[in-house]
This record gives sequence, C-alpha cells and structure tokens, in this order.
Amino acid sequence: MKIAVASGKGGTGKTTVAVNLAHIFAENGSRVEYCDCDVEAPNGHVFLKPSQVQKENVYVPIPEVDADKCDGCKLCADICEFSAIIVIKGNVVTYPELCHGCGGCTLVCPQKAITEVNRPIGEMETGQSGPIRFISGKLTIGEATAVPLIRQVKQKLSTDTVISIVDAPPGTSCPVIEAVRGMDYVVLVTEPTPFGLNDLILAVETMQALQLPFGVIINRDGVGDDAVETYCREQGIEILLRIPFSRQVAEAYSRGGVLVEQLPDLHDLFGKLAARLLELEPVA
Amino acid sequence: MKTITVVSGKGGTGKTSVVSSLAALAKPVVLADCDVDAADLHLVLKPEVKRENTFYGAKIAHIDPDACIDCDLCEGLCRYGAIGYGAEQGHGIASVLRVDPFACEGCGVCAWFCPTQAIKMEEENAGHWFVSETEYGPMVHAKLGIAAENSGKLVTIVRNFAQGIARAREYAMLLIDGPPGIGCPVIAALTQADYALIVTEPTLSGQHDMERIAALAKHFSIPTGICINKWDLNPEISDSITKWGQETGNPVIGRIRFDERTTYAQVAGVPLVDFTTEGAAEDIRQLWDAVRGFVAETV
Repeated sequence: MKIAVASGKGGTGKTTVAVNLAHIFAENGSRVEYCDCDVEAPNGHVFLKPSQVQKENVYVPIPEVDADKCDGCKLCADICEFSAIIVIKGNVVTYPELCHGCGGCTLVCPQKAITEVNRPIGEMETGQSGPIRFISGKLTIGEATAVPLIRQVKQKLSTDTVISIVDAPPGTSCPVIEAVRGMDYVVLVTEPTPFGLNDLILAVETMQALQLPFGVIINRDGVGDDAVETYCREQGIEILLRIPFSRQVAEAYSRGGVLVEQLPDLHDLFGKLAARLLELEPVA
Repeated sequence: MKTITVVSGKGGTGKTSVVSSLAALAKPVVLADCDVDAADLHLVLKPEVKRENTFYGAKIAHIDPDACIDCDLCEGLCRYGAIGYGAEQGHGIASVLRVDPFACEGCGVCAWFCPTQAIKMEEENAGHWFVSETEYGPMVHAKLGIAAENSGKLVTIVRNFAQGIARAREYAMLLIDGPPGIGCPVIAALTQADYALIVTEPTLSGQHDMERIAALAKHFSIPTGICINKWDLNPEISDSITKWGQETGNPVIGRIRFDERTTYAQVAGVPLVDFTTEGAAEDIRQLWDAVRGFVAETV
C-alpha cells in the first residue's frame, strides 16, 4: 500500500505523521519504507537518523550543441516552449536552468548537432533506520525545479508488497502533484486554525481533481477553532486522527524525537490510525 | 523603495503571522502574498479586491480522437508519462490515447511530431491574481488554479506588479510574504529583494531548513536577518541558531516567544499587534525596529 502524507499549509506535521506511522507499521511487523519527497526542505533524516546511507547524484538531461555541425536553422529554438535554447545571429545559446529536459531540440535538429548531457540538480539517499527502509531526495541550493528529482526519488520505491509512506512537500502545485501521483491513499494533515482550514480546502480540491482517496488528520487539536471539524463533517470527509496539542509534543518534536516511542498516548493513537489505513487498502 | 521578502525554508514557522503584524507596524506599505499555492495573508489583512486578472500558465496537450491514428508516437516521445491509453487518472483504461493534464509539462514535443496534427497545445487558465486595497496599503495576491503548474511564473507576476505599485506611488517599502521551500516560487519571490527576513523555529527541522534558505539568499547575494519564532519552546536550539547566525553572517534580529494569543489573533482575523500589545506582540515590535533599522541604514 502506498500512502502519501500531504498538506496545503506547511508545518502542519506531515513529517511527524509519516515518521510515526512508519514506526507503528514496522512495530506490527510490516515491511515498511519511508520516502522523503519534500526535497526542498527534507527533514525525515532528523527523526529517522538513517544508517548505511548510500548517496547518488540526480541529473536532468540538458542539450549540448556542437557548433561545428549547427547551421543556425533555429528549429531547436522553435520547438522549445521554455526559451531554454535560442539562436542569436546564427549562434545557439542554451539556458540550462530553464530546460525541462523534454528532448525536443535533440529530436528536431536536422544536423544532429545536439546531444543530451547530464546536469546534476540534487542527490538521493537510501539507507536503513532500524527496520524502516529510508529514501530521501535533496535539491541543490539554487536549483529551481524539484519535480524531476521527486520523480527519480519515487522510482526507488519498492515494487513488491510493502507499505510505502511518501512524505510530500507542502502546497498544491507541481511538486505536490508529482509526489502524490500513483498513491493508493493520501493523508492530509492540517491544524484547526483559519490558515489550516483555508489550505486544507485547497488540498482537498487538489486530491479531488486528481481523483485520489484521502482522509484528514487534525494536528494540534484544541488550539484555534472548530471550523476544520465543521468543514470535514459537511463535506463527508473522514477525520482519521486528532493529535492533541501539548507543549510536551512540541518540545519532543523540536529535539527530533519519535513521538510514539516517547509518549504512550500517541502510540495508541497512531496504532489506531495504522489499523484504519490498512482497512482502507484497495482490493487489487 | 526597499523590498523585504519573508521566507523560511520549512513551512508553518509563522511567516504569514509575522508579515501581517509587520504590515500593521509598517503602514503605509505595499504588500504581496507570493505564497500562491496556499495563500493565507488575505485572511488577516482582508483586502478589498479592486482588479482581478486571469493567469495563463503552461500549455497542455489535447488530442483530437477523430484525427488520431493510434500510431503511439506521442506516447513514446513524452518523457513525463503523460500520454497513454491507461492514464492514471481515474484508473480506467481508455480506448483512445489521452493526456493526463496533471503530468503534462506543456513541452509540445508530441504536438510537433504528430503525423496527423491531432494534438493541439492549449493555454490553461491556471489561476487569478488580484490588485487590492487593505487598511495597511495596497496588496497584490493570487490564487493558483487547483493542481495548476507554473507557480513560479505567477509569483513573478505578483512580485513585479507590487514593485510597480510601490515605485509609481512612491512607497518606501514592499513587504513580501514568501512561499516555503527553496525552489522556483521562492527564487521568484526573492528576486530583486533588498533583504530576506528568515522566520524559523527552534526545532532541528526548522534549523536544518533555515540553513538551506540562508544559503539560497547568499547564492543571490541578498542580506539576511533571522527571526526565531516560538524561541522559548527550545531555548537550547534557539541559542545554537543564534551562534550559527553570528558565525555565518545571518544575524538573529528578533525572537518571538510562544504565545497562544498568536492563534487567537488568527482566529479573530487581525494582526497580532492589533490584537494585543503584550507578549509576542511586544517581541514583534522589537523585530520591526530591527528591520526598520536595516532599511534606514542601507537607503
């Protein structure tokens, strides 16, 4: 079963939920893997402290032009939708940071003057955190596009039957969509505040557009107001879990602690969440 | 005119709460909400929309099933897995080739090579952006379409327009609420900024992501200051952040205590400094003095 943990608003507790859920599944004897797709701000390693880490670079293909073969026909510039390759006075100029790696210029060049070369945009880590398999991606500072990195990180997910937990980035745009694609179920984490509700509605609309099944976790339950509860009830959205706010939880989180190991009440709550998610497993 | 962009790396550290209070203290000021994915500033500043504009993002491929001869060339050429008979959408197997609009990047390679010109690239309505008035000054904000692409492009429109207003109407300051992360929308929000105010929290995650956003600001040669929100939740990590800031040229210029009134103010829909003058509100006033000091020094 592939479960994504996502949210519209940042900082609602995605990584907390993903890491603790992974722990509970592992405790129950499931083969479980955790995959950090928040490649702009990855934090899973803070809590899972993986060992036997293997790193590899992640690349995107960009065009390299052989000036001797190029006759300046401009077809490459015509096909490129992203202005990543242009022709000025017969000379081809490329802008690698604008390139989406579609390969159009290479295909269209009649002189076969363009080849693709690899440009690194980040790195990927795989390792082990106790019984939990750990996968993570990290975007290089200054790189703009997280999507190709997320795509390649997700290719590391096991194909045999294990529980995969994907920790998604915040928001509702392309990196989130890439992270939740192909998932069986999405857990949306929010908090009971006006910002939490506003961004939850955006996340719900996104999952509905993608036709993905989802449920909601309310973190820091007890702060703010009850508008998130009311919204979920009116929309018929299942509330999977309420994590009560306590300073103890916030402090344990700040130190990079795994809550289900430190707080028995939360262990019970996450145990129930894991059982519920397994009930939701789609029949293949 | 000085542009100050508020960023964080990690989400949920309190950017929008800080920006709304700074807006109240800086008044009159031009405001821009560049977190177009999950915009929240309007919930507190209550802008009155004066002008609404449509944003056209990436183009998306559309296949005309009548012209398609099922040659499968497009399916093989698409590097994004966006074309197929059994597109993921809805899990059904379609009998005709179709495009998954959420996977399509709009590169147009399929349309270029289609032997029967069955594929057309069409511009998508990808959201809206607004020019508004608030009681603190003009505000430019946006709503990205559901599951739409190109939020970096929309951020650039919002930022450019807000800068235009600030210059034309001779405002001293533009205050930008930035998105989380370090990718294209953040880069777009930081472009042409005079100062990056980094709002972080005293957690290992907050610290890790703060170091990444500080490195990004340095990459673009933008001076930074750090504000530690809820600093007393972990004074040890707060001290460690302060020390790191001294050593790396990212000074801590503000510390805001954990205060439940921050959430009450959000529920009430007002900036914290308009809700109370005590506690965290007092801390934000001191932060504003530090930010203002920086702006005055570098004019």
